[in-house]
Amino acid sequence: MNVVTPFEGIGASVRRKEDFRFLQGRGAYTDDADKPGQLHAWILRSPHAHARIKSVDISAAASMPGVVEIYTGADMLKDGVGGLPCGWQIHNKDGSPMAEPPHPVLAHDKVRHVGDTVAVAIAATRQQARDAAEAIVVDYEVLPAAATMAAALKPGAAAIHEGVAGNLCYDWHIGDKAVTDAAFAGAAHVVKFDLVNNRLIPNAMEPRSALGEFDRTTGDYTLTTTSQNPHVIRLLMGAHVLHLPESKLRVIAPDVGGGFGSKIYHYAEEAIVTWSAGKLGRPVRWTADRTESFMSDAHGRDHVSHTELALDANGKILGLRVSTQANMGAYLSTFAPCVPTYLYATLLAGVYTTPVIYCEVKAVFTNTVPVDAYRGAGRPEATFLLERLMDVAAKQTGIDRVELRRRNFIQPDQFPYQTPVALQYDSGNYHATLEQAMASSDWAGFPARRAEAAKRGKLRGIGCSTYLEACGIAPSAVVGSLGARAGLYEVGTIRVHPTGSVTVLTGAHSHGQGHETTFAQLVADKLGVPVAQVDIVHGDTAKVPFGMGTYGSRSLAVGGSAMMKAMDKIIAKGKRIAAHLMEASVDDIEFDRGTFRVAGTDKTKALVDISVAAYVPHNYPIEELEPGLEETAFYDPKNFTYPGGCHIAEVEIDPETGRTSVINFTAVDDVGRVINPMIVEGQVQGGVAQGIGQALLETCVYDAEGQLLSGSMMDYTMPRADDLPPVSVATHTTLCTHNPLGVKGCGEVGAIGSPPAVINAVVDALADYGVNHVEMPATPAKIWQIINSGRRAAAE
Amino acid sequence: MYDFAYHKPSSLADAAKLLADPDAKAVSGGHTLIPALKHRLNKPSALVDLSGIAEMKGIRREGNAIIIGALTRHVEVANSAEVKAAIPALAYMASHIGDVQVRNRGTIGGSVSNNDPAADYPAAVLGLGATIHTNKRKVAADDFFQGMFTTALASDEILVAVEFPVPEKAGYAKMKNPASRYVMAGVFISKGAGGVRVAVNGAGPCVFRQADMEKALSGNWSANALAGISQAADGMNSDIHGSAEYRAHLVGVMAKRAMAAAG
Repeated sequence: MNVVTPFEGIGASVRRKEDFRFLQGRGAYTDDADKPGQLHAWILRSPHAHARIKSVDISAAASMPGVVEIYTGADMLKDGVGGLPCGWQIHNKDGSPMAEPPHPVLAHDKVRHVGDTVAVAIAATRQQARDAAEAIVVDYEVLPAAATMAAALKPGAAAIHEGVAGNLCYDWHIGDKAVTDAAFAGAAHVVKFDLVNNRLIPNAMEPRSALGEFDRTTGDYTLTTTSQNPHVIRLLMGAHVLHLPESKLRVIAPDVGGGFGSKIYHYAEEAIVTWSAGKLGRPVRWTADRTESFMSDAHGRDHVSHTELALDANGKILGLRVSTQANMGAYLSTFAPCVPTYLYATLLAGVYTTPVIYCEVKAVFTNTVPVDAYRGAGRPEATFLLERLMDVAAKQTGIDRVELRRRNFIQPDQFPYQTPVALQYDSGNYHATLEQAMASSDWAGFPARRAEAAKRGKLRGIGCSTYLEACGIAPSAVVGSLGARAGLYEVGTIRVHPTGSVTVLTGAHSHGQGHETTFAQLVADKLGVPVAQVDIVHGDTAKVPFGMGTYGSRSLAVGGSAMMKAMDKIIAKGKRIAAHLMEASVDDIEFDRGTFRVAGTDKTKALVDISVAAYVPHNYPIEELEPGLEETAFYDPKNFTYPGGCHIAEVEIDPETGRTSVINFTAVDDVGRVINPMIVEGQVQGGVAQGIGQALLETCVYDAEGQLLSGSMMDYTMPRADDLPPVSVATHTTLCTHNPLGVKGCGEVGAIGSPPAVINAVVDALADYGVNHVEMPATPAKIWQIINSGRRAAAE
Repeated sequence: MYDFAYHKPSSLADAAKLLADPDAKAVSGGHTLIPALKHRLNKPSALVDLSGIAEMKGIRREGNAIIIGALTRHVEVANSAEVKAAIPALAYMASHIGDVQVRNRGTIGGSVSNNDPAADYPAAVLGLGATIHTNKRKVAADDFFQGMFTTALASDEILVAVEFPVPEKAGYAKMKNPASRYVMAGVFISKGAGGVRVAVNGAGPCVFRQADMEKALSGNWSANALAGISQAADGMNSDIHGSAEYRAHLVGVMAKRAMAAAG
């Protein structure tokens, strides 16, 4: 009989099962497995941001040692290979669809960003492939490049795509403009504010990698790839690019070393290796080096916004107007169009009772790497805008910044709360998370700490952000009406084996999140099977029925809910078997953590008794029930989930060097029910690290010609351990009301809530210098510039 | 990387012969050269690995000087009782180069011969008025560093050791580049038999001596003497991490901090 210890179920900090293999270097990553006869691909990438390809001469390259084949865009075109599809269609203000120019797997007429794919050399070794790629001669006619949105939108700017007027992808809006304008007319205070959300480069630890295989006997293709959603890749690549039926295409995403969004998308290299493997009948593999990652992984953020807030004399918000430009890069990445619209503008109510909101978003093509969702995706941009705006408004109105937030909070008794920008929040308690964070960070004691720091010559500041986000994007019907070309449900199969161990098949994908542990805890909690006897299978289209993958903090809220539904079916069937075995009515059978009991009696059967009976149906209600104990459920959520909370950062600035140190950081998050507190804490810590990275360190820089200046770790400042403070993580729970677990999601809260808390603290520290904003990242050079010009101004 | 021949000579003479090929490159810790090769930024015909040459190893005190063999790794300098006792500022500087991996592999000879403007060692060598010993001659620090990645070394000349005079006082302070953690602006100051020396690294295209500061400190050895002296921004490096003005400003700040460290 299986006995579950109470320490393994929901709420237990079970150590991560997967860490045994990861910590011993035994993870199985895409680049690990050598395949007999495998070939290596090296992608020739564009050195120019914008150029016409006049000719490609492969003759020298093709005859180099070890070279098997060189393919160009023309070869793919000839073979009928399609372009990389976009998974979301946005409509313009006037109802017309967005501009959706083709995204060739290999460029054939023009290159549109540095790093754009031009040709592929396939050879026996990686070095030979690289040597051959270097020997390909491309005659480029260099065209004027638009490296920034401002340059791309300038009248007369060169067209990046033929037929896309003004390099504008879409001009979209949400909310009622007239009503919002009217709210401003009667306002006591109008706060106007411009800000930038800096462009980031995700930098997962494992670079992207792809291995294509083709079996001549069966005609089956297999793609092993560093993906967050293998089924989605199979669908997009099979249906749109290579025109292969799902039945002939298997996609495996094995252990994946981090994604942060950048591994959601269908990339050219996946199609290149799969197609080449089919042409050559041999495995073809490609793995990015770090330089390629910088110039080919989808980037994140990159918004420029103008915002206006109307308040009454008491600081109550009357309305919000936002105008945002969002950089799409050179092509539309898989989910790019939805990020600055339905994942951004719909979040502009935040935790506040803003009655009217109008937001317009212009999405712009530029000669840069495509931009798509990166940890938080749209919500960090909305949160940074709102939470900076609240501090600016507090300063302008003279109302304390915390008090201003309190006055505008949605109250705990107002849920479900309908915002003016489409979303309906189900639960939350923003006062509770704020008060808990203020107590934990000793907000009240800050003035003494500032005075002490001043004695040491340091500028100390404190800042908070009271944020909200939306996870588990859904329901399918709604996202479909908003332009999604896919559903957003999740799939879970519970397979109870004859002797009672359990295999779970999930369409979610773990690339660092600890699913193998968290999901096993759900089974332990509900079915009473020890975590050690629960295996989680993910990342293989041949094993898992279907799945939409992992992003947007959806795995537990959506994927976990599918498992709960499947377990309900297991229990329902188990009850029927138990009723038969114990000669009782099925209505009298109760189930609790592995035990079926005839209500009010001591007659029980363990789950293993039921599973044995199900697979060895000698004494079994075979007339009315099929043998076996395996159930699959598709779960389509009724709504997003709405995590929220309060982040507080305390910083010290060295005015001589401009260097900012985050002294401590407090996060109090409402992520709904917590399954594994240790894993939640780790997720929040990691998110906060990336948020501090965005606030103080990271930024992607292109020069005017579209060359990537921050193209390596020498120039792109990834956060390191010594950049980070102790992070105090706590939770305050209100349950999600519409999923069976009451969970909300914890993967992105850290990256969403933290950047404005840090910048609010930086601005607070610089209070004496007349600053109301510092653009991210607040680098030492930038801070010194502010301090220095403040001093100069004072001197004059 | 591209293909190259690999040699590991056991004597200076053999190494020099191999380096007579102008396309051959000497390698020691490899922490600058190997990444460049991996990026295919360099295509040497051969790598001449110096690590087997005994006469380039070791730290010793000779009279009023510390002599450090070119193959000595940063971690060895940082932990050397001899160096810590005689020139604590040098041990401190070595203990703050790069990260643990860099300090475990990188060597003084490699760093000084490479003369990366953002490296630490050139500031110590120039700031202490060291003498460079090569397989052919001795060169004063003032004559050794000639420009960005350029030194007085001939292509077949090998840096064998660096001789540091023991100063009365010395201090080093630097501001790191937030991304690379190389030096954005650093100042190494010393006072000794040769007078006061102030060497600036990171901020300009090559390590240089700050004459105004040397003059001020010669008259009054205190951080206060630096008040009012500013480094001109003209000729300072400027990039996405900081302007020339910022670096010039940092030179002043780091000079004060180096003085505080020197005591």
